[in-house]
Amino acid sequence: MAFFDIKGLVTPFTALKQFGKAPHTVTFPYHKKETAQRYRGLHFNDLEACIGCGNCSTICMNEAIDMVNLEQIEGKAGDSGLRPRVDNGRCCWCALCVEVCPTGSLNLTKDYIYVTPDADSFLWTPGVSNPEGKDNISFHSDVDTSLSMFDRVPMPELDGKERVKSFAETMLYYTEEAAREEASRCISCSLCTEVCPDHMHIPEYINAIAKGEDDDAIRIIYDNNPLGEMCGKVCTRRCEDVCALQVRGDAVAIRWLKEYAVGRAETAEMLKEIVNPDIQEPNGKKVGIVGAGPSGLTTAYYLALKGFDVTIYEANEYAGGMVMYGIPKYRLPMDSLNKQIDYMKSIGVKIKFNTKVGKDITFDEIYKEHDAVFVGIGFQKPYSIGIKGEDAQGAFPAVNLLFDVNSGKTPDMGNKVVVIGGGNVAIDGARVSRRLGAEVVIMYRRRVQDMPADWEEIEGAEHEGVEIMPQTIPVEIITDDNNKVKAIKYLKAEMVADDKGGRPRPVPIEGSETIMEVSSVIGAIGQEADYSFLPEEYRNSIEINRGRMVVNEQMQTANPKIFAGGDAVNRTADAISAIADGYRAVKAIEKFLMN
Amino acid sequence: MMREKATTLYLGPQHPGITGNMMIKLKVEGDTVVKAQTHVGYLHRGFEKLMERRNWLQSFTIVCRICVPEPDPNELNYSRAVEEIEGREVPERAEWIRTLMMELSRLASYLLWFGGQNGSAGLYTMPQWSVGDRDYILDLFEELTGGRVYHMYIWPGGVRRDLPNGFADRVLQTMDYLEKRLKQYDQLMFENTIFQRRAQGIGWIDPAKAVEWGVVGPPLRAAGFKSDVRIDDPYLIYDQLDFEVPTQQGSDVWARALVRRTEFQQSINMVRQIIDKMPGGPVYNKIPNPMKWTIPAGDAYVKAESARGEFGYYVVSDGSNKPRRVHVKGPAYVHGVTLLENILEGANISDVSFIMNSLGTCPPEIER
Repeated sequence: MAFFDIKGLVTPFTALKQFGKAPHTVTFPYHKKETAQRYRGLHFNDLEACIGCGNCSTICMNEAIDMVNLEQIEGKAGDSGLRPRVDNGRCCWCALCVEVCPTGSLNLTKDYIYVTPDADSFLWTPGVSNPEGKDNISFHSDVDTSLSMFDRVPMPELDGKERVKSFAETMLYYTEEAAREEASRCISCSLCTEVCPDHMHIPEYINAIAKGEDDDAIRIIYDNNPLGEMCGKVCTRRCEDVCALQVRGDAVAIRWLKEYAVGRAETAEMLKEIVNPDIQEPNGKKVGIVGAGPSGLTTAYYLALKGFDVTIYEANEYAGGMVMYGIPKYRLPMDSLNKQIDYMKSIGVKIKFNTKVGKDITFDEIYKEHDAVFVGIGFQKPYSIGIKGEDAQGAFPAVNLLFDVNSGKTPDMGNKVVVIGGGNVAIDGARVSRRLGAEVVIMYRRRVQDMPADWEEIEGAEHEGVEIMPQTIPVEIITDDNNKVKAIKYLKAEMVADDKGGRPRPVPIEGSETIMEVSSVIGAIGQEADYSFLPEEYRNSIEINRGRMVVNEQMQTANPKIFAGGDAVNRTADAISAIADGYRAVKAIEKFLMN
Repeated sequence: MMREKATTLYLGPQHPGITGNMMIKLKVEGDTVVKAQTHVGYLHRGFEKLMERRNWLQSFTIVCRICVPEPDPNELNYSRAVEEIEGREVPERAEWIRTLMMELSRLASYLLWFGGQNGSAGLYTMPQWSVGDRDYILDLFEELTGGRVYHMYIWPGGVRRDLPNGFADRVLQTMDYLEKRLKQYDQLMFENTIFQRRAQGIGWIDPAKAVEWGVVGPPLRAAGFKSDVRIDDPYLIYDQLDFEVPTQQGSDVWARALVRRTEFQQSINMVRQIIDKMPGGPVYNKIPNPMKWTIPAGDAYVKAESARGEFGYYVVSDGSNKPRRVHVKGPAYVHGVTLLENILEGANISDVSFIMNSLGTCPPEIER
């Protein structure tokens, strides 16, 4: 190339052509650049939608997100009351917090300019510090893009037509692979632990299952629940109602994962080997327990581990109380329950079967023989429906039906059964009657969505061919000459909004009276406790208020030697609450006797 | 002739001609470099170690920071390594979008290089133009990924989001614009006698030693070797694209500039082909819950062609939820440390940062 390449010297001057052209990067006068639809700018949090699960804080690799208490947010079931606070000085705008937010409340906005001389004000509470951000949301995650795993691993179950043929378990439960996958969905936010009456270590045992450490999971479950497999099958699982994933998807199958874990131990011996509990030396103190239901068994198990001499007095042939006699076997098979109870017996819990307190042994004897007494009698006595003809042959309470069937009897229900009520007992009664070969109708005063029964139970009943008649009020059981049930007279009801803001009330529609021919009527509108075993002096020494024994936080009654728990004490009346009561009583009894 | 006394001159660590914070200790006699010694350590952030404490997904947000001007090969390599160990499938469309990202990032990186190469020669119009034009590509990145510089877009299993509506048209418009600008760049740079005379014969790498020294990318191609991972060991969907690997024989700054100039045009063509042929379908094979996501024990080495040359990632998993080891094999270490020290001997002081730029030295990537 020649030294004087004229062209090469001149061409660069063509750049002069750019003079006078508008610049494309910097504008004058300055205006803020409109950012892209997906721009990852400052955070915005929808405070109402946020449940304070803290997943954003967990994923943040810069530890830029703290969970803080806010004045305007109250914690409640399913909401920790905490909200994320972002240190904008640490944030790297990766938006993983947005991708893992199970509710979709946390988003990034188009805003990106924030200047302050005060380092402390770099701490932002998105949604509080920038309420205007809600109109400016850019980077967000919807159900498709979110990294939360919203879909539950399906539970294999028997077909509805197959089910009604026998009392075989309807759920087939998770295989190992399915359980691992289901467990891996959990984000360990602990909202479930908060609402579990027993505060079970849910994220911990789910984590163990996810990692393939099933034995660890069993040990974690047995830390405060000795009936893990029972709960795994029939718990009312309030934990799942508040699961962070249920906001936009399916809750983690906490109950079934528990079933999976404890179900790994097939026998009581295996259970003992895995749990391998630390049993303390006998301390010479004796505790008597009335009733081998969930609360009594829990108290007995943990007291026995602590070296107490524990004896349970049980009226029936088998332990388990309402769990044994009130829950149909297609939900909780006998051998599963017996395995868990055999294990308790193997670590020193003594159970006296067929010993009804007040008949075979007096309460006074128990009281005097032991250093402390725990009363876990449950709700056994059914409420009457309160309509004409209730004493007819073929009209009986659901708990009696369940008791009979679970004791091995097959009562004759005829061909058409009507069940009155909308709770789990009503559904159980209906599904059992279906298995006994009858056509079944459930009559419930309110709407289906108002039924207190578990939605899965309602669905199960429907699959099995049970007909649900909502907004139906029975008024009379019509009998034949032999005082045998012949038909039921009922009214249809309409829902009327409650003026005081309560839930809508059913009001009968005049002239809607109908008669349906039926062979049996089953009442399932609730039960109450039976205190007839308790002598007057003891009944006076403890306080009984509206059918429930009054206890303090330690489950201690007004008589310091008597503790109580279970349905006869708490308002929730489910097995897990009974277990929680029992677990609390253990600590109180230990404190009472050992200090 | 009297021997001149040698002086020590420190170039950097905060010198404007340096491509990032590093320092070159020059022993000079007069204007001539007798010995050059590189000193790094000003940008060490310990990313490889940090990743051992972060789970598999969290690590993905770190890797892009390893190289500021060209973060995407890091994201790609990390993701591909994880996918290889885990055996995770990537949807076909995601592979195409990844390729689009890689080529756009190559264009952005070369635009920055256009500026650096000219700026270090004292030709200050080009940096204004090319860095400004680079913003058009950053606009595309912003629209596609939400971030302008650090995209955090290519992640294990695919890419984070699909193309927005109308994105393909805007890509094509930008390509047309850049092609038009490339002619103006030619007038300002390649047809410019001053640039030619500065670049020719400077920073010569002995082709006989290039491979031995570990030279890769445009400097190796400028030494006459037809070497490019995209051709030699095709990844993504490069085997479905029509492109040439340019080579030059000069092995000097000029030859390297010509190689990059040709590749710039090739990348524009490739982006057009990608937009034209891209299939539909999903863009992401979702990973499980990131908190509990474990990768089976194993290891993988993957490589990609970055704008600076072959870029490799070696990732080891011990079966836990975090990487056991991530090792980055970047071209800048070889180019910016060993090679630079070798070829600076005998160079003029004013050519030091000029040569450095021609090698695509990236100190943040040297140190990681």
